[in-house]
Amino acid sequence: MSGTVELLREALATAKAENRAALIAYLPAGFPTVDGGIAAVKAVFDGGADIVEVGLPHSDPVLDGPVIQTADDIALKNGVRIADVLRTVREAYEATGKPLLVMTYWNPVDRYGVERFAAELAEAGGAGCILPDLPVEESAGWRAAAERHGLATVFVVAPSSRDERLAKITAAGSGFVYAASLMGVTGTRASVGEQAAGLVRRTRATTDLPVCVGLGVSDAVQAAEVAAFADGVIVGSAFVKRILDAGGDEAAGLAAVRALAAELAEGVRKRA
Amino acid sequence: MPEKPDFFLPDPEGLSPSPEGYFGAFGGKFIPEALVAAVDEVAAEYEKAKADPAFAAELNELMANYTGRPSALTEVPRFAEQAGGARVFLKREDLNHTGSHKINNVLGQALLTRRMGKTRVIAETGAGQHGVATATACALFGLECTIYMGEVDTKRQALNVARMRMLGAEVVSVTSGSRTLKDAINEAFRDWVANVDRTHYLFGTVAGPHPFPALVRDFHRVIGVEARRQLLERTGRLPDAAVACVGGGSNAMGLFHAFLPDAGVRLVGCEPAGHGVETGEHAATLTAGEPGILHGSRSYVLQDDEGQITEPYSISAGLDYPGVGPEHAYLKDSGRAEYRAVTDDAAMQALRLLSRTEGIIPAIESAHALAGALDLGRELGPDALLLVNLSGRGDKDMDTAARYFRLYDSDTEVAADAADIAEIERDAK
Repeated sequence: MSGTVELLREALATAKAENRAALIAYLPAGFPTVDGGIAAVKAVFDGGADIVEVGLPHSDPVLDGPVIQTADDIALKNGVRIADVLRTVREAYEATGKPLLVMTYWNPVDRYGVERFAAELAEAGGAGCILPDLPVEESAGWRAAAERHGLATVFVVAPSSRDERLAKITAAGSGFVYAASLMGVTGTRASVGEQAAGLVRRTRATTDLPVCVGLGVSDAVQAAEVAAFADGVIVGSAFVKRILDAGGDEAAGLAAVRALAAELAEGVRKRA
Repeated sequence: MPEKPDFFLPDPEGLSPSPEGYFGAFGGKFIPEALVAAVDEVAAEYEKAKADPAFAAELNELMANYTGRPSALTEVPRFAEQAGGARVFLKREDLNHTGSHKINNVLGQALLTRRMGKTRVIAETGAGQHGVATATACALFGLECTIYMGEVDTKRQALNVARMRMLGAEVVSVTSGSRTLKDAINEAFRDWVANVDRTHYLFGTVAGPHPFPALVRDFHRVIGVEARRQLLERTGRLPDAAVACVGGGSNAMGLFHAFLPDAGVRLVGCEPAGHGVETGEHAATLTAGEPGILHGSRSYVLQDDEGQITEPYSISAGLDYPGVGPEHAYLKDSGRAEYRAVTDDAAMQALRLLSRTEGIIPAIESAHALAGALDLGRELGPDALLLVNLSGRGDKDMDTAARYFRLYDSDTEVAADAADIAEIERDAK
């Protein structure tokens, strides 16, 4: 089957039509277990997430802060495999009918085989991929495969991206643009970078794609702040932290991520 | 010797990577968007510096009067008796200020840091040699300095930790992953993304994203250029083989490059086989790895079937790395260079042999090259002429060597420390 890029577009269009930002949650596959991870994805959809990014745990998560590093370590020690990541996408998609992306460092895809990974992700019902360490200059092979299989390729832009690069990146991307709110790795922050609004404005000048903001957002107040100027709000570490804090009590972890999703879903509707 | 020697000898024609940073199929720039501007700035500044005679003049002056270049070329006949009677010459990078070849690259990049107007430098270190050299240059130039070092390495190279702190650097002990060089690089990248405005990442080897593989190589080319000239003066001919140890590969690339056009000179890189390649406990990336992406470029890496990087092992902290510079990958695949794996035991025996026959205590890293040379000499016979890069001195390794050869009088402290390290390594697993 073809990937569900259309579902991703619809979810973002619906949010726009409702005059709110979309809520995009990130959770690593295989954390705390493969089945526990699948249940967590379903729980955040249940709580009100519009889109979920499923992380492919990596041995060397250079762009992640301590929270996601810890989750990746746990998942890898439990022996998570790419097949488990794909199963997470499949089961969550079949249960919810909602769009799911995979977020992964490039080497696992490169090693697994670009065509094979794209085909299997599409077959599982995935909507696309975010590849934060694959620069646009190296992405032609992946994009061709993604297009063939009906998958979006979401690129990350950063406050340091100059305008001419923004144009080049957004021209190559599809689905939406991931705007990093600040210069740094993943993790919750007391405040979301002031650079975010400016970056969204500069990005919008180059593209009609929705622009969603990630890095540092952890609560409803911050979500509302970001929703005021962005098409989507991306939250990762705050969800992972809830599961870590539940300390092995799976039901408590699921309740916590569902509650956080509900809180954030309210936030993206407030547009402070 | 000329009055104003040229130690800075940037990329000769035809040996540069492609504009995208590729050496054949290897290299490139696999970095997050947040670092693209910074990495491009390094590349642009380096191009400007290469064209600026003032840059070369300042670097040449530092290399002559601060580092102490040119470094000596020493023939080691008593050692060579064990190498099938071949003649063996050592390029003495251990005699450079700070005790290794690392200072060549560090001074070049410190000048670039100043030209870019950055006030803070970060670096990774394995054995601590690159960290010490970086801390040294930062002291010299008045730059703020943070060094990332795996927790396992801070234990086995405690002397270098003290040296860096004495020089005014902050040393951060990295407790993620295998707690060695790879993890120190991960942490340095995380710092760089967050502080890139005022910070230069002074990368220590010929790996990483373009332009680092070519840039670091250029600052080390002086090793081979000097050695080639010195050997011709002393023996009237080129060596049969140029031998160097390979972790990330900076000292080897520095030695090899001047000999690339000399088809008769075998280029032999010695990788760490640890407990033996067949045991899986090694860091012999070119011997046992496969193409993949680690730390910003495509090269050979030690990885599983799904692209997860596997944990390397070597007794040598400086070679304990699951990647290798992309130009080495290119030289391997093109057949111009060859790479062999040397076990911990062979390296330690070579370390002791050189110490006892020539009064030179090499770094454990460099001892891998010496062990490789012993084998090569026996293979090639008494007419062979071998050039070995003695990339660093062994002072920092005395604790490891003392445990290995049981040189301490009392075993109590040794046992306690060994238990410490074993515990950290267990935790890291």
